Amino acid sequence: MLTQLTHDIATMTRRRALAAAAGLVMGLAASSSFSPAQAADDTIKVGVLHSLSGTMAISETTLKDTILFLIDEQNKKGGVLGKKLEAVVVDPASNWPLFAEKARELITKDKVAVVFGCWTSVSRKSVLPVFKELNNILFYPVQYEGEESERNVFYTGAAPNQQAIPAVDYLMKEEKVKRWVLAGTDYVYPRTTNKILEAYLKSKGVAQDDIMINYTPFGHSDWQTIVADIKKFGSAGKKTAVVSTINGDANVPFYKELGNQGIKATDIPVVAFSVGEEELAGIDTKPLLGHLAAWNYFQSIKTPENEKFIKEWQAYTKNPKRVTNDPMEAHVIGFNMWVKAVEKVKSTDPDKVIDALPGTEAPNLTGGVSKMLPNHHITKPVFIGEIKGNGQFDVVWKTPGLVAGDAWSKELDGSKDLIGDWVEKKCGNYNVKTNKCGGQGS
Amino acid sequence: MLLGCFVVPALAGPFEDSVAKFANDEFSDTEAAIGEVASSGNPLASPIISALQDGRLSADPASKMVFITKSDGKIVDAATGATVDKLPDGAAAVRLNNRLRRTVEAALGGLTLLSPDPAKRLAAAQSVFKSHEENLLPTVDSALAKESNKSIKQAFAEARAAIILFKSDASDSDKLDAVSVIKARGDQEAMALLTGLGGDQPPLVAKAAASAVASIQSNLAMWSMVQNAWYGLSLGSVLLLAAIGLAITFGVMGVINMAHGEMVMIGAYTTFVVQEVIRTRYPELFDYSLLIAVPLAFLVAGGIGVLIERSIIRFLYGRPLETLLATWGLSLVLQQAVRTAFGPTNREVGNPSWMSGAFDLGQITITYNRLWILCFTLAVFAILLAMLRYTALGLEMRAVTQNRRMAASMGIATSRVDALTFGLGSGIAGIAGVALSQIDNVSPNLGQSYVIDSFMVVVFGGVGNLWGTLVGAFTLGIANKFLEPVAGAVLGKIAILVLIILFIQKRPRGLFALKGRAVEA
Repeated sequence: MLTQLTHDIATMTRRRALAAAAGLVMGLAASSSFSPAQAADDTIKVGVLHSLSGTMAISETTLKDTILFLIDEQNKKGGVLGKKLEAVVVDPASNWPLFAEKARELITKDKVAVVFGCWTSVSRKSVLPVFKELNNILFYPVQYEGEESERNVFYTGAAPNQQAIPAVDYLMKEEKVKRWVLAGTDYVYPRTTNKILEAYLKSKGVAQDDIMINYTPFGHSDWQTIVADIKKFGSAGKKTAVVSTINGDANVPFYKELGNQGIKATDIPVVAFSVGEEELAGIDTKPLLGHLAAWNYFQSIKTPENEKFIKEWQAYTKNPKRVTNDPMEAHVIGFNMWVKAVEKVKSTDPDKVIDALPGTEAPNLTGGVSKMLPNHHITKPVFIGEIKGNGQFDVVWKTPGLVAGDAWSKELDGSKDLIGDWVEKKCGNYNVKTNKCGGQGS
Repeated sequence: MLLGCFVVPALAGPFEDSVAKFANDEFSDTEAAIGEVASSGNPLASPIISALQDGRLSADPASKMVFITKSDGKIVDAATGATVDKLPDGAAAVRLNNRLRRTVEAALGGLTLLSPDPAKRLAAAQSVFKSHEENLLPTVDSALAKESNKSIKQAFAEARAAIILFKSDASDSDKLDAVSVIKARGDQEAMALLTGLGGDQPPLVAKAAASAVASIQSNLAMWSMVQNAWYGLSLGSVLLLAAIGLAITFGVMGVINMAHGEMVMIGAYTTFVVQEVIRTRYPELFDYSLLIAVPLAFLVAGGIGVLIERSIIRFLYGRPLETLLATWGLSLVLQQAVRTAFGPTNREVGNPSWMSGAFDLGQITITYNRLWILCFTLAVFAILLAMLRYTALGLEMRAVTQNRRMAASMGIATSRVDALTFGLGSGIAGIAGVALSQIDNVSPNLGQSYVIDSFMVVVFGGVGNLWGTLVGAFTLGIANKFLEPVAGAVLGKIAILVLIILFIQKRPRGLFALKGRAVEA
């Protein structure tokens, strides 16, 4: 009897709790869907799809702040088409399927004109079908593996030929490197990049024995064995370098182990594609002196545009030490290109803006003018920087001019005949050999 | 000093012109300047090159003047040695890239071979060994003759052998002697030197070099086993450190605590805060920052643990599923709270000087931070074991976890003991955070990567048994490190998980299962 009674009470309270919870959820949902609707007509909404919690928050939070900063600056200049811009920020919480849900929410419910977002390739792949289906625009600001050109996506980060290949060229020419360690985190960007690099190195006459490829899991923290292996691989009498596509958090323990085991940049330099000012903020950089990174932007580059940007950014974030980095610059370029395209067609209609974007030019922060190409990638300069003691980079080399981004790598058999051209061919994977759209390469 | 032998009165002329090249801010000019200055024989050459290496050489592009900032803050004109009051406004440090750093190292090696400082002589000998510059042979010979320190003498002999090996006109017998000296050195650098020998050697020398390489290789292969064992011990100590707190909360109390990793993270953030305060207020205490952080991290994480037990977990005893969900939710709350308070990016926790660097033991490199973490872990383990065995609280803990009702009838305040036990487990997780902050990122995600490994260790070792946790952690660590070179890091980890699944099938209660009536209760 007694137990029956307690059970009843328990179920009752649970039911009541459930009802209360449901009410709360509905209330939240209602408030979030109604409040933006009031302002729908006199503003243009800009979606921001960056993780603010979970593993990727470390990198993506800054990009959210960047877009808010850019919108703020644009509104100070009077907005776009006489309307103020309004940011709609959502948090996909480093959860790839949630990226697609949040993207759908931004486009259908909040009716945003454009979305700036994503970091990892898997999150981009996850939102692609949504952007295609609902026909909206995504600006993707991070260096990635290439092999993609979509009508609804504009890639403002570096393609492999704008980062990886020039970096390898630099090591070959300047440092006379003959033996290569390609070390990366085990996912699509490092795997594809390393495939491209391996093909490229072999085409330059590097033997299979002189290439060591190594993958580690996400967040790998025990680097003792791998660093010892690198040391061993580097003691074969030929100049050795490490090309690192190690992602995010795993870098700090990797560099710490390099420093502790006494591998100096003069012995075995490491060139990294995912280590920027933001990542170095968490490390004591003195043992890393001379290790390299390849990017399209460094905070230390002295141009009036860059100095102005850094000053305004630090004032906006009220943090005089806040650093800037490459994906931030990509957002700056992308945002300005979008504003120009919208002003050109006098509409935020995605179809019109997508057609207007190729050919649009916007100044980058390093003194050049980047241009949106028909394959939806942009032209960028490539810089090689050496890590300095203060967590910044010293540029030691740069490409003579801007490099045009290749959507499809010229090094891989599967893609060397493909181009992306959304202006004339209206096709993201046009095969120039067979003159057909959608064909894979020979 | 070496340079004393050929001091020439510095005249305005070639030396000044060479020095001025540093001001051009072109890597090629800097390289030329290094070569010219190093071979000038001017007494200022050595200070200039070492200042260049340390980033203390600055140049004013406008006046083409170059300055050395001495370690005591004094500034001198590099071309004349005259003291200057302050650097001109436009002066900036002369930039280097890796190629130039190597040139600098080689040049400095030649200049400091006869330095009175033994550490500098050793470094010089080693850099000559690497660069094997032919024209340094007479200097090395005279250094070798003068040297009294045994290990430096050895280094000079090796450097000399390296030069002779690469000297085109050295006789075969000299070269064979050189090969045997380098073979005796037996490390990776010796192998690099021998394999880097070109194919144009006389057949006898080439054959000797090949056999030396083979012998070094087999020697190194043996050492790599020792190295794997050491890496395994070190990984095991990290696993043990992370798991030891969980061995209390999960192993002893039976609470599935998914927020365990966040306690580790809180310990790491406590270290960060301690270091920040020390950096701004008492910079001279920096080397003691970890010692100060350990008790604080224990108190902070332990206090939060007690709070969690009192407010959440005590209502959920005996309901493992709800505990799992509640503590998992809690872990997300703690992560986001830290993210809001400290920001999402990594925080810099520095290594005190006694935790940086490495030393060589035979042919393996042992890094100080890993060594200290191993010692620290064993100390924590011993203290915990002693506490459970010899203190009143330890006795009460064991009594309550073995038979709660009986303990209560004996007058033990069981709910107080529960809170303290959970606090102890959390506090130890906090201490683990202090140590892990030395080798990992200090970010809100720090704990996530350790919680699964910790559960794995505790379950594998046998729930409720601290010794099981110890053996489990070291077994997993060593197994992982012996698999990694063969299978790679990704497959190695998978293989370990598969092995554990198989093992748990065979022995569901882990390596050391507790026996007795009370366990089931």
